Amino acid sequence: MSRPFDWRHTPGFGPLTVAILVFLYAPLLVLVVYAFNASRMVTIWQGFSLQWFVAIAQNGDIRGAAENSLIIAVCATIAATLIALAGALALERGTLTFGRSLVHGMVAMPLVVPEIVVAITTLVFFSALGMHHGLLNLIIAHTVFCIPFALLPIQARLKDMGGMLEEAGRDLYASEWKLFRRITLPLLMPAIGAGAIMAFVISLDDFLISMMVSSAGSTTLPVYVYGMMRLGVTPEVNAISTVLLAISVVFVASALLLGRKRRAN
Amino acid sequence: MGRQSTLLLVAPAVLAIGVFMLIPMFIALAYSFMTADPYGGVQAPLTFDAYIQFLYQRDFDDSLVFASDYILIIVRSIYLAVATTAICLVLGLPVAWYIVCQDAERRRLLLFFITLPFWINTLIRTYCWILILRDEGLANKLLRALGVVADPLPLLYNDGSILLGLVYTFLPFMVLPIYSTLERIDPRLIEAAYDLYASRVAVFRRVIWPLAKPGALAGATLVFAPALGSFLAPDLLGGGKKLLIGSLIQMQFTSSRNWPFGAALSIAITAVILLVMVLRSWRAPQREARA
Amino acid sequence: MIELTGVSKTFTTRDVGVVAALKEVSLRIDGNEFFTLLGPSGCGKTTLLRLIGGFETPSTGRIRIDDLDVAALPPQKRPVNTVFQSYALFPHMTVAGNVAFGLEMCGWAKADIEARVKEALALVRLDGFAARKPAQLSGGQQQRVALARALAPRPKVLLLDEPLSALDLKLRKEMQGELKRLQRETGITFVLVTHDQEEALAMSDRIAVMRDGLVLQVGAPKAIYDNPNSRFVADFIGEANLVPGKVLGRNDALTVAVRPERVTLGRLNGHGARARGEIAGVTFLGLDTLYEILLDGTRVRARVRDAGEPFQPGDTVAVDWPDTAERELRH
Repeated sequence: MSRPFDWRHTPGFGPLTVAILVFLYAPLLVLVVYAFNASRMVTIWQGFSLQWFVAIAQNGDIRGAAENSLIIAVCATIAATLIALAGALALERGTLTFGRSLVHGMVAMPLVVPEIVVAITTLVFFSALGMHHGLLNLIIAHTVFCIPFALLPIQARLKDMGGMLEEAGRDLYASEWKLFRRITLPLLMPAIGAGAIMAFVISLDDFLISMMVSSAGSTTLPVYVYGMMRLGVTPEVNAISTVLLAISVVFVASALLLGRKRRAN
Repeated sequence: MGRQSTLLLVAPAVLAIGVFMLIPMFIALAYSFMTADPYGGVQAPLTFDAYIQFLYQRDFDDSLVFASDYILIIVRSIYLAVATTAICLVLGLPVAWYIVCQDAERRRLLLFFITLPFWINTLIRTYCWILILRDEGLANKLLRALGVVADPLPLLYNDGSILLGLVYTFLPFMVLPIYSTLERIDPRLIEAAYDLYASRVAVFRRVIWPLAKPGALAGATLVFAPALGSFLAPDLLGGGKKLLIGSLIQMQFTSSRNWPFGAALSIAITAVILLVMVLRSWRAPQREARA
Repeated sequence: MIELTGVSKTFTTRDVGVVAALKEVSLRIDGNEFFTLLGPSGCGKTTLLRLIGGFETPSTGRIRIDDLDVAALPPQKRPVNTVFQSYALFPHMTVAGNVAFGLEMCGWAKADIEARVKEALALVRLDGFAARKPAQLSGGQQQRVALARALAPRPKVLLLDEPLSALDLKLRKEMQGELKRLQRETGITFVLVTHDQEEALAMSDRIAVMRDGLVLQVGAPKAIYDNPNSRFVADFIGEANLVPGKVLGRNDALTVAVRPERVTLGRLNGHGARARGEIAGVTFLGLDTLYEILLDGTRVRARVRDAGEPFQPGDTVAVDWPDTAERELRH
């Protein structure tokens, strides 16, 4: 007896999807397993060990780079989220007419222009102005490319909400500022949270732009890890990579959960 | 909201991106017409040298000789970016269709697992393949343990490993936009096609594909643009020997210290990508008008 | 023509578990018939239609079309076409492209396709619209394209899933006549699904009234209207007063159905009336007036035409109806 007709079922697509998921996740699993391997010879399993995580935690250079990364990511996230919130409000609730698509295009720029181009143009810009402020240069660069990531969820939420609630608030004598504080902002909070987390992860993970813009004292963690990778495969690289991987996964999962809450509301 | 407050609110975003991204583009454009300073940076006089360098080399007697080195790198970059886009499309389309066909709960779960890699550090995702592909890596170990090969296969540092890394990096960029167009197709259209005696192949060719095309096009742009300028996959998996535009540009600002040439290359790929996008948006409104 | 024998369909859902959408349904639909599946939403009528169309497979039972068991055949192999709710026109094809689709899939020659498309568009009075896209048409025109598309391959059976529900009242009335005409002209069996009893009465040769996955009654519109076999059918087809037997002086627990238009009201004059009641509400309907009367605690509706001096709420009236207007219902 052949399978009953069901256009939703295409033979082979299920296994292919499983294969793709394995393709996407198996390499990450390999990395994590190796990171817990006691052996210095990465590929030979000699039992479970946390020693490489201890080693990187005690490495002063890594700690310094991690501190830089954290400072940059926190500053860039705050700045980018505030700029994005204002921009999203203007785009969705403002009176832009002809400027709207122009602003849209500009905001999308960091998403479309290849990273290497952003990296070298930023480098050229700072050197042309003679700006050598170490961390500040990096914070500025990160803020710029984090803006669209923070803006997208906020703008989507504003679009979903529609203007009805705000009109109801206006009808009940709320001033523009009260309206924002009491109605718009509370409803936007999950989206702002999601946008901020996305911006934070993007900043923390950025490598190429940081590499081109950073100077001796302002190395970020990915740039430092890249330097380690160039020297060869070591258990320390595996351990620090696993840490970075775990941070991304935890943050992004929470941001996506926030996004889901947004839809459920 | 008044006009004044709108402008006030939009100003930070426009200024931040304008000053720190748009203006730097123009500075890079200007730099591409200047002369390289051997200590990094640029100096007078104005020249087209950087662009001439794409095709010619300056010989000792200052005459121009055709040199294919750079143009070959550019062609190879385009070829790899196109191949990446094609592979991602072939893999991404069935996966997106499979996800659309699942019930809501499974759809959410699958989408989560497709989206997640997008947010994981590309540096680390690329590095994982070194662990697998290098001579002492997992793949060679397995092959040798199974007795398939005696000596390790050179899996790393070739076009194949770069391509693998690019597909691995950018596949989610293809699945998501295709998924979102497929999701909007009314299932009754599919049923109507089957009802009118269409075979599985005909339903795909005549109904699903035409309706999925905008998503596939968006996905193709999202894969092609960053693949063309990618740095990490060619650098880590290509061993930095097989250069692509991305690593070539990076080199001009580090070891080679030829800023004008690097700027010119950047301008060139930005122009290619803008061209692709303009072509796309030029066709998109026509489609909307017809819909 | 179409014969369903003991057809059941169960669905398994995540939240509710197993749901029986159809329970042991047996039906015969004849050739050249306009047959309607009528019932409230969730009664299983659309599931039944999808089973005939081949979009679902029955859990048990047999479906035969022209003495051919089709239970295992996918929709593209059945001589059946569907007009979908909200039409499902291919948005990227022209009107002609939509109508030609089924013919192309059957491998017709180009010239034949052209001729048939023209013919089909003429049949639904859309000549001259061939080059338009569906989005450029009104709802009623889209409806006609969907009809032309489904009729073009000359199926043995045309299935229509709530085809008129998206149209406004005036257009709906117009399309009712149009559908009836198309059925007569083509001689194709039409199976219509609707929840609108008026639509069912107006168009059908026969109606199957469904509820909770069961077929309650099958018959010609007039037969069902005049002789409903259950309270549900009496109430769902047209309006009915369901009067408990004891109000009328009988002692068994049966119910009597009386159509509001058969109820007469009169001034009290002491004799002849079946019962007396009090007017509780008056609704002016144009030609008719609808009265609601309280009769021993039961609400009875009377639809009265030109009653002379109208009654006022609070008036006590004599309520009556002929014995022939009564239908006894046991369930």
